[in-house]
Amino acid sequence: MDLSKVLNQRVAAVPPSGIRKFFDIVQRIPDAISLGVGEPDFVTPWPIRDAAIQSIEEGRTQYTSNWGLPELRSNIARYLETRYGVRYDPASEILVTVGASEGIDLAMRALVMPGDEVLIPDPSYVSYAPCVIFAGGTPVPVHTHAENGFAITPEELRAAITSRTKALILPYPNNPTGGVMSRGELTELAACLQNTDIMVVSDEIYSELVYEGHEHTSFASIPGMHERTITLNGFSKAFAMTGWRVGYACAPREIMVPMFRIHQYTMLCASMQGQVAACQALRRAFATQYEDVRKMVASYDRRRRLMVEGLNAMGLDCFTPKGAFYVSPGIAATGMSSEAFCTELLEEMHVACVPGTAFGESGEGFIRCSYATSIEKLREALRRMEQFVRSRK
Amino acid sequence: MLSTLDMQILEILCEDAKISTEELATMTGSDREAVTESMERLHREGILVGVQTLINWERTDREFVRAVIEVNVQPQREKGFDAIAQRIMQYDEVRSLYLMSGAYDLLVECEAGTLRELAQFVHSRLSVIEGVTGTSTHFRLKTYKYGGTIFETPNTDLRQAVMP
Repeated sequence: MDLSKVLNQRVAAVPPSGIRKFFDIVQRIPDAISLGVGEPDFVTPWPIRDAAIQSIEEGRTQYTSNWGLPELRSNIARYLETRYGVRYDPASEILVTVGASEGIDLAMRALVMPGDEVLIPDPSYVSYAPCVIFAGGTPVPVHTHAENGFAITPEELRAAITSRTKALILPYPNNPTGGVMSRGELTELAACLQNTDIMVVSDEIYSELVYEGHEHTSFASIPGMHERTITLNGFSKAFAMTGWRVGYACAPREIMVPMFRIHQYTMLCASMQGQVAACQALRRAFATQYEDVRKMVASYDRRRRLMVEGLNAMGLDCFTPKGAFYVSPGIAATGMSSEAFCTELLEEMHVACVPGTAFGESGEGFIRCSYATSIEKLREALRRMEQFVRSRK
Repeated sequence: MLSTLDMQILEILCEDAKISTEELATMTGSDREAVTESMERLHREGILVGVQTLINWERTDREFVRAVIEVNVQPQREKGFDAIAQRIMQYDEVRSLYLMSGAYDLLVECEAGTLRELAQFVHSRLSVIEGVTGTSTHFRLKTYKYGGTIFETPNTDLRQAVMP
């Protein structure tokens, strides 16, 4: 039997993630310092873990409602309204998902028809384009640039829109660049969309991790945008809860109906323990004025400054990121490709970074460094990188 | 009253005491002079009192005995507990000393090379101090966590090495 013939060609055509190769090399280098990790270096705060343990002891081992625990949904509604000024009805417009990742998939499957185009800022997180393809659509990169802070400009957006554009993905604060978009910039994008039928999928998973006084704007809070926006967020980054796999999708009722239907038939619900933990995370945040979050942000901020300064000092041109926990320095000065730079840096100096090209064509000339790692390791990584860059000039 | 910069410096040093003035300046977004000035003041005011390395001696071959001793004392007029505490803290065997609420007054954390040395310290030096009315010695068997650091499990990063 020719197994290659039985496969869904659309799925088979999606290339494997460019990151895998680096993961494999790191495995065989014991003293490698990884700046390639896309998750917090904090463990979930103990009171949150404790709530989940308690729920296991109490025998809460069942399915939850397909929508998610009612208390969790009302806490999410309160969070979004008090934090970002966006209102969603917890009964019909908020769906608890298995990470924000499920939300991306649901949004694409609910919206995209064969032939539809989805605009994706380039570089961006690796999952968007494959999800568009799995749903039968065509991902269209919108190239962003360091000099614009990796934000999408209205001109770039207008130039990318065609009669087949179904949706725009807005992933800010951005992985891998750490770029953010201000309320003013988002308002300009909103003006471009005003008289169109283009939906916006706003992936705000890094919304809590912003620096230098930047205030996160939820796209749905911009006048007129609520009806066309699917807001995705989750607990992974803000509360150091990646492994729990709890996120949420919010959308006007009409959009939520098909998203809910897919979720109901494919996922049923996120895990009970994850939802209990998430519920505790928000309860605790409300009661302590987000103390855990503030502490984590302060800690990331120091490391961000250390990395930006260190990378600039070694001659790698570094855009100052105001969000997430990544910096993407330019490596053009070395004359190397992103892929070659990362491979040789890892093989020779035992420092793992991710080539910008893993996040799209515009990532060529950049590498992504995550600073969600101890100060001690960051300093050692900077020292090794400095030596590497000097040897290549 | 400590400034935001003072607090930031203290938090960073808590995490990693080896950090340089330049790095402190970078991480706090201020200049070197401000950091130096702040650190000198923190030293002067007895807030920054020293730097130590955390060592789990239990994983080495070194022999030692550690105990915590609950001490009851007769507080002295005018001086309260301070005068007796002043005397107790002078001994090298005393690693830390606290004034406590509750069933006893002072908590003394002691370390000596051998059981005999520790016993000698308790019966011939500590117990005989004027004003000490009683002691109760408890041996420390194992350190699980010290100074906010968990000793039992080595510090391993459980995350996948490379993730998008």
